[in-house]
Amino acid sequence: MAYTEDDLKKELETKEYEYGFYTDIESDTFPVGLNENIVRAISKKKEEPEWMTEWRLEAYRIWEQMEEPEWANVAYTKPDFQNISYYSAPNKKPKYNSIDEVDPELLETFEKLGISLEEQKKLAGVAVDIVMDSVSVATTFKSTLAEKGIIFCSISEAIKEHPELVKKYIGSVVPQKDNFYAALNSAVFSDGSFCYIPKGVRCPMELSTYFRINQAGTGQFERTLVIADQGSYVSYLEGCTAPSRDENQLHAAVVELIALDDAEIKYSTVQNWYPGNAEGKGGVYNFVTKRGLCETNSKISWTQVETGSAITWKYPSCVLKGDNSVGEFYSIAVTNNYQQADTGTKMIHLGKNTKSTIISKGISAGKSQNSYRGLVQINSRAANARNFSQCDSLLMGNECGAHTFPYIEAKNKTAQIEHEATTSKIGEDQIFYCNQRGIDTEKAIALIVNGFSKEVLNKLPMEFAVEAQKLLEISLEGSVG
Amino acid sequence: MELKDKLVSSFLAFENTVDVDTAVHDIRSQAIKTFEEKGFPTKKEEAWKYTSLNTVLKHDYSIFPKEENAIEFKDIKRYFLYDLDTYKIVFIDGQYSSHLSETTHDKIDVCLMSSALTHEKYKPIIDTYFNKITPQDGLSSLNTAFSREGAYIYIPKNTIADKPIQIIHFATGKESAQMLQPRNLIVVGENSNVQIIERHQSLSKNPVLTNSVSEIFADKSAFVDYYKIQNDDQSASLIDSTYIEQHAKSVASVHTFAFGGNITRNNLNFYQKGEGIDSILNGVTIIEGKQHVDHNTLVHHTEPNCESHQDYKGIFDERATGVFNGKIIVNKEAQKTNAFQSNNNILLSDKATINSKPQLEIFADDVKCSHGCTIGQLDDNALFYMKSRGIGEKEARALLMYAFANNVLSSVKIPQLKSRINKLIAKKLGVDIGFDL
Repeated sequence: MAYTEDDLKKELETKEYEYGFYTDIESDTFPVGLNENIVRAISKKKEEPEWMTEWRLEAYRIWEQMEEPEWANVAYTKPDFQNISYYSAPNKKPKYNSIDEVDPELLETFEKLGISLEEQKKLAGVAVDIVMDSVSVATTFKSTLAEKGIIFCSISEAIKEHPELVKKYIGSVVPQKDNFYAALNSAVFSDGSFCYIPKGVRCPMELSTYFRINQAGTGQFERTLVIADQGSYVSYLEGCTAPSRDENQLHAAVVELIALDDAEIKYSTVQNWYPGNAEGKGGVYNFVTKRGLCETNSKISWTQVETGSAITWKYPSCVLKGDNSVGEFYSIAVTNNYQQADTGTKMIHLGKNTKSTIISKGISAGKSQNSYRGLVQINSRAANARNFSQCDSLLMGNECGAHTFPYIEAKNKTAQIEHEATTSKIGEDQIFYCNQRGIDTEKAIALIVNGFSKEVLNKLPMEFAVEAQKLLEISLEGSVG
Repeated sequence: MELKDKLVSSFLAFENTVDVDTAVHDIRSQAIKTFEEKGFPTKKEEAWKYTSLNTVLKHDYSIFPKEENAIEFKDIKRYFLYDLDTYKIVFIDGQYSSHLSETTHDKIDVCLMSSALTHEKYKPIIDTYFNKITPQDGLSSLNTAFSREGAYIYIPKNTIADKPIQIIHFATGKESAQMLQPRNLIVVGENSNVQIIERHQSLSKNPVLTNSVSEIFADKSAFVDYYKIQNDDQSASLIDSTYIEQHAKSVASVHTFAFGGNITRNNLNFYQKGEGIDSILNGVTIIEGKQHVDHNTLVHHTEPNCESHQDYKGIFDERATGVFNGKIIVNKEAQKTNAFQSNNNILLSDKATINSKPQLEIFADDVKCSHGCTIGQLDDNALFYMKSRGIGEKEARALLMYAFANNVLSSVKIPQLKSRINKLIAKKLGVDIGFDL
């Protein structure tokens, strides 16, 4: 029997999240709920020093006083914070020296995700610090990095081995009391990555972490700290996928970047956490605080491709403290079905001659809601500050929504700010043109969307760009009206 | 006593002065309850994030106008567009001034809200239109509760108002501090046309707080052209809320010229209820000192094939603060909408502040919506060009600023008004140039 359009429709409707599998690894999971004892227990479990435990407790006490923010343009049932287990670590946790020692079942998981360690090692030249349910289980290329004096390890390891660095910088960009989720993360973060690039060193490879939420009902609380010392350069990649689960999973991460004088950090994210099924059931709640601090002549560049999560609440920001510092933000946010994204950036200009660029591309399909929320603030001492912002939205079908909430605050007369936003749809003539040339509608849309997002895709490191393009296609499958 | 408590407790006294046997009375009683519940807005509310009323609300305002205060026409002549034949509705301290006004009932009604609210003849119009589109926020409810006086304009079907209408509110400052709450209702019938100029003016240094609400209805193919001139004394604050409902093929434009006052807040909401509507919102803000001007606009597109155009220009010197919060909502039924918004600002001092929030909420796919916002300075090359041709620094700057605002000015359709605004701008910029090029 011939394959008909109905078959295709059926296939698309029933197409579930490809990466939705569940790895059966014995986990060491804490009882649900959150109180001071749990915080202490997490800290103890991770063999942390006293100051870290205190720091966590301080955050917990602040969190207790705070209320969940409601200003974002998203609607969801609030997670019950007392019904989450705050720690889950794969049970067998010796430190592996080589990849062969890693639990084969775990490796298989990664295999399914298409991130074979071996392959990555050989082909991409990427050092991967894999975080699976919070505990770092494999690190590659560590010795290559060590030669240059680069520290790239899990944050719990860093707390033990480089306490002076962690103590100095943790919470310096995102303080515990910054917001509700940052406070929660500060109290209970289970693991994450730590990276330090010494003075004048150019990191020879792209550093990369893959995150996965695996254990049912466990929240994922990553903490990432990247420090680029004077005159150094690093490009950092973060990719995320989560197996499909019916109940909503919470993900509240904190990423802090510190670029000291003349340093440059490029931070790229591809996020495709489980977005929930076609009825909007399930999916990950992604409440992330990401912020970078720029000292004199330094540069921080955020690039993100957001295709997953039921709810995205994420504003990678730059505090341009030093003179002549540069902040950049390139984003593609794709929402389909019932996904909701409220994402954007904050550029805080404090130093003189600071520059920032914001390019945001929002694509909404199905019944999703996509919002850009951004702040450009020029303080009175930030002479000759320059900002350019562009937010474009693409709507597919008339059941979705695109929203823009830009806040522009200028207090200096030499500031130059430009902001523009447009909203449009894919033109029928464009589709027709492609159809005429034998490209089917689905492919045509992928093509047009890729063109629409090109400015951002170009900013991604090569390996990521290929993956991101594929992700865009997958996310928009079945959204042809 | 806090102003809020004073207002709530004065409501009973207010009721003694008005007819309580009308339908409007129920609306008033309901509104005072809403106000009691919601109170004055604070900076915690998103819509008031950048504007605080605290300094304005601390005065002990007298709420009721005492008696009619006569003022001589020659003293206030300069606030009128006297070189133009117009209808005039003039209020002094909230009381109608018959000797300064020129009203009519010939074909069109240009008269008083107080008589429209009490006379049986106007009941059908009041029932149909009064308080129908005013949102239930604290300030608007407060105005509704105390609504008694203001302008009432009714243009029936297929009628062109024969001359423009001026609405002017004077505050004499006989009271040490005064609160005014005018309420205007403007109904423009099918295929009709009207031009209106509104102005609030304080005549003394005593603080004045005006909380004004205007409701405007533009029926099918109606044409409404509305000008607001805000060039008040430093002691006067104005909260001006204008709500406009438009029906198919109507064109409504509101031009706001904000040149002064203590705190000026303009709420301007357009609700489109039909196809082929055009809404135009223009504004020029030129302020200095510690003045604060906040433009809060909303255009709600609910049906297909409509347009909206917003263009706000601002020039801010010294410690002035400018706020622009423009919101466009496009419902999913409103396909083929064209909505444009632009907000351009010039900062002349490091102490001046601009907060701009152009906001789009779009639920339909086949639309063209865009917004742009810029903050910048005068072009040094252009200044140099003019200076090298013998134009003084001050004049050159003024010319550039005038050119910056010219887009908006060129859309003023009453020539006398335009030349008056040009003069105001020249005075504001401290130059002696006619600008009537």
